[in-house]
Amino acid sequence: MNAVRALAPVILACLLLAGWEIACRVLEIPAYFLPPPSAVATALTSDWASLSASAWTTLSMALIALLIAAAVACVLALVTALSRTVERAVTPLAVLMQVTPVVAIAPLVAIWAGVAHPERAVTALAVVVAFFPIFSGALTGLKSADPDLARLFALYGANPLQRLIRLKLPSAVPHLLEGLKVAAGLSLIGAVVAEFVAGSGGSQGLAWRILEAGNRLQTAKMFAAVALLGLMGAALHALLQMVEKKALLWWRGR
Amino acid sequence: MIASLQSVEVDYPKRGRALGPIDLAVATGERIALVGPSGCGKSTALRLLAGLEAPTRGTVSRQVAKGETAVVFQAPTLAPWLDAAANVALPLELAGTPRAAARARAVEALDRVGLKDAAAANPCQLSGGMAMRVSLARALVVKPRLLLLDEPFAALDEITRRTLADDVLALQAELKPAMVFVTHSVEEAVYMAERVVVLSGAPGRIIGETRLPGAWPHPVGYRACPEFRQAVECISDQLAEASA
Repeated sequence: MNAVRALAPVILACLLLAGWEIACRVLEIPAYFLPPPSAVATALTSDWASLSASAWTTLSMALIALLIAAAVACVLALVTALSRTVERAVTPLAVLMQVTPVVAIAPLVAIWAGVAHPERAVTALAVVVAFFPIFSGALTGLKSADPDLARLFALYGANPLQRLIRLKLPSAVPHLLEGLKVAAGLSLIGAVVAEFVAGSGGSQGLAWRILEAGNRLQTAKMFAAVALLGLMGAALHALLQMVEKKALLWWRGR
Repeated sequence: MIASLQSVEVDYPKRGRALGPIDLAVATGERIALVGPSGCGKSTALRLLAGLEAPTRGTVSRQVAKGETAVVFQAPTLAPWLDAAANVALPLELAGTPRAAARARAVEALDRVGLKDAAAANPCQLSGGMAMRVSLARALVVKPRLLLLDEPFAALDEITRRTLADDVLALQAELKPAMVFVTHSVEEAVYMAERVVVLSGAPGRIIGETRLPGAWPHPVGYRACPEFRQAVECISDQLAEASA
């Protein structure tokens, strides 16, 4: 029973793929409309060189964007948490940045990055998307210190620096990790969306492969690129989940 | 005298008068229990004595040096990212004691509350009673002259409460801090205090005061003796009047 439960996701995936394969063959669906999984697998292996290179391009842009977003968001959250006035000033701007669709600002960013550097535009847009969850996680975390523990710090005469380093920063860690996990997934989505909108083949990411294959009606290759994107997203999520788990263990055990 | 409230009143914006006028003097080494209906300002009185809050009117005087006051809250209030000993060492480290020395004293304080082996445990691994003991050790490690406890056992089961009450009394007898504690349990108040102060419903004013023999250690069967029962009844009646 346990083995069935452990394998349940794999079994479901196999069933769905088999149903898809059989349906394509029995209903004689044209391959340009819906290729069977076997054709997608063939496309994945025959186009592996270009697809894997593009996957790495997209993933590296997403990861760089995640790092930049994390650095900027943490610094900004720290500054913001220091004063209520700054927080009041910054928060609406951060929210505005969050709710403005990245698709809408992509053409602007593409102009600023210049035609020669589409990868900069894509990275910048992924930063915009990944910024908010980290910022709001860090800010919430910095303000989440137990009020009674804060009273004890006051009672023991802690100075503002001690309060920051020994109370606020450690209190922020779990919220920050949660924000990073959400942002990791978003950075990948942001990178792909930005590639589509920023639109040039210069960046050569997976989104570009999808567009290119679509224009040539290579539907199987489109599916292969989408499958790679899905796998990359899942891997990134799993990685961040592991980082979060390990980091929380460390956090609880100093 | 170690701390006192003189004609003290506390108003909160929106909620209005929360406490007072109230006069309360805490003598050196004395054990005082504050009882009263919910929301009568008991915890506010404690925060005033701790110097964590200022009164709206009246005077709070404290004859304790910085770092000689300790507070234990209803929740253990431990930092989850520090182990038990590091939590206990925190007040010492904040006051500038080097880390190793602070940790040594923290382990000693943990030993006093019966938790020598739990020094390296994380707060999430501790039971409610154990976490409360760590909190108590953190309060005692600074060798306080004024120990304030805000419903410290409210979240614990009856057996743990009684054991901890005895432990607190033994430690108080040894270290002699003045002790003011807030409780909902009249029995606990009578058991632990030399003086039980009853506050009225909000805004809290003193409506009754009972002095008890209070010698520690208590005689065997103290909770069952007529004097103890009588004091409990008498204070319960005052409390019922206050809540009406």
